Amino acid sequence: MEPKTTQPIQGEEKINKMMALNLLMAAIGVYLWWTVYRVLPDLSKWLTYKLLPIQEGSHLGSSIEFFLYDTPKVMMLLFLVVFGVGILRSFFTPEKTRAFLSGKSEFAGNIFAALLGIVTPFCSCSAVPLFIGFVTAGVPLGVTFSFLIAAPMVNEIALGLLYGLLGWKVAAIYLGTGLFIAISAGWVIGRLKLENHIEDWVTQTNAANLTMEEEKLTWNDRIIYGWDAVKEIIGRVWIYVILGIAVGAGIHGFVPEGVMASIMGKDSWWSVPLSVAIGVPMYSNAAGVIPVVEALLGKGAALGSVLAFMMSVIALSLPEMVILRKVLKPKLIAVFVGVVASGILFVGYLFNMIL
Amino acid sequence: MEIKVLGPGCAKCTKTEKLVQEVIKETGVDATVEKITDMMQIASYGVFGTPSVIIDNEVKCTGKVPKKADIKKWLGK
Repeated sequence: MEPKTTQPIQGEEKINKMMALNLLMAAIGVYLWWTVYRVLPDLSKWLTYKLLPIQEGSHLGSSIEFFLYDTPKVMMLLFLVVFGVGILRSFFTPEKTRAFLSGKSEFAGNIFAALLGIVTPFCSCSAVPLFIGFVTAGVPLGVTFSFLIAAPMVNEIALGLLYGLLGWKVAAIYLGTGLFIAISAGWVIGRLKLENHIEDWVTQTNAANLTMEEEKLTWNDRIIYGWDAVKEIIGRVWIYVILGIAVGAGIHGFVPEGVMASIMGKDSWWSVPLSVAIGVPMYSNAAGVIPVVEALLGKGAALGSVLAFMMSVIALSLPEMVILRKVLKPKLIAVFVGVVASGILFVGYLFNMIL
Repeated sequence: MEIKVLGPGCAKCTKTEKLVQEVIKETGVDATVEKITDMMQIASYGVFGTPSVIIDNEVKCTGKVPKKADIKKWLGK
């Protein structure tokens, strides 16, 4: 009898020890993170003007200082946010989200779908199987769209970067308006009754019901999950971050103050639609576009126009349309782009007006 | 043993297939690996996160690249 009772306790002890070790490492990590983060402004100044033979106040110096300060800062913030959201995501799966959404009514369903779109782990290359999985399980079409709009638009990379570069207010505005667009655009698409514009094979798909055992995750597993997310996401986006900051640094140092005010300022009515028209065909992720956006704001561009530009780059992209074309007929894709773009226009005008 | 790796061909899916092949080689398990890239076929398996690994008609993992240790466990090693 004895081994049977002692075995699980020993196992538990081992897990507790590992957990304590992980927590200790996390605490040391946070302390180091904070220390480095605090000295970044001085360090970038020192590197630019003391270590490199660059004159203070020159265009080049201003660009390089911006680059040397923003790159490590953004990377560090991304690291923290991606890790945190990774842990949060370990509590959600597409399967659970689908089960939760399939019984929901339209309006409430749109709200939940947009919120779950942020925290449900899902890679854009599985948008098609996910779409089919949702629709065949009885999740309304509009609710499915709320999910598909929110998932790429409101993501941890965008929030982390916005917070780091532009402050919590802009990050909160982005979160709020992104959710608003996902909820309302999904609701409108649902009201338009476009179910017959889904490709026929989708509804004819007889999805086999395969058995799947649910994983039980410990806190240790979740920490590993978060860490994996950091390696995966940072590994994928770091190059865009650096390129984005390099472009931003160029704008910062060489573009004269206020020049953007005439192009993307709030007084010209056409600045919002122009931003959307430029943003939609552009394909970049949040990591690349947000450092550019920061620099544009610094040169007098209006927040509403910039928000519209950023959202149309991130939320609407050609590759995604090509993937979705497999399950949606052209008319439904056109409606999807049209409705989301209108939502973005509305948000752009709104912020240019009130700020 | 019949192993199917489901995925449209993104980086994660390719990596998953590679890992499965590696584990098979290392452990010497007698198994066939089939890569399924067609969306219609993927959908018909009822999974909606890719990459997915299906072993003898049982979904072992969806939506993420599995760890080598997990694959070994699924193969009974």
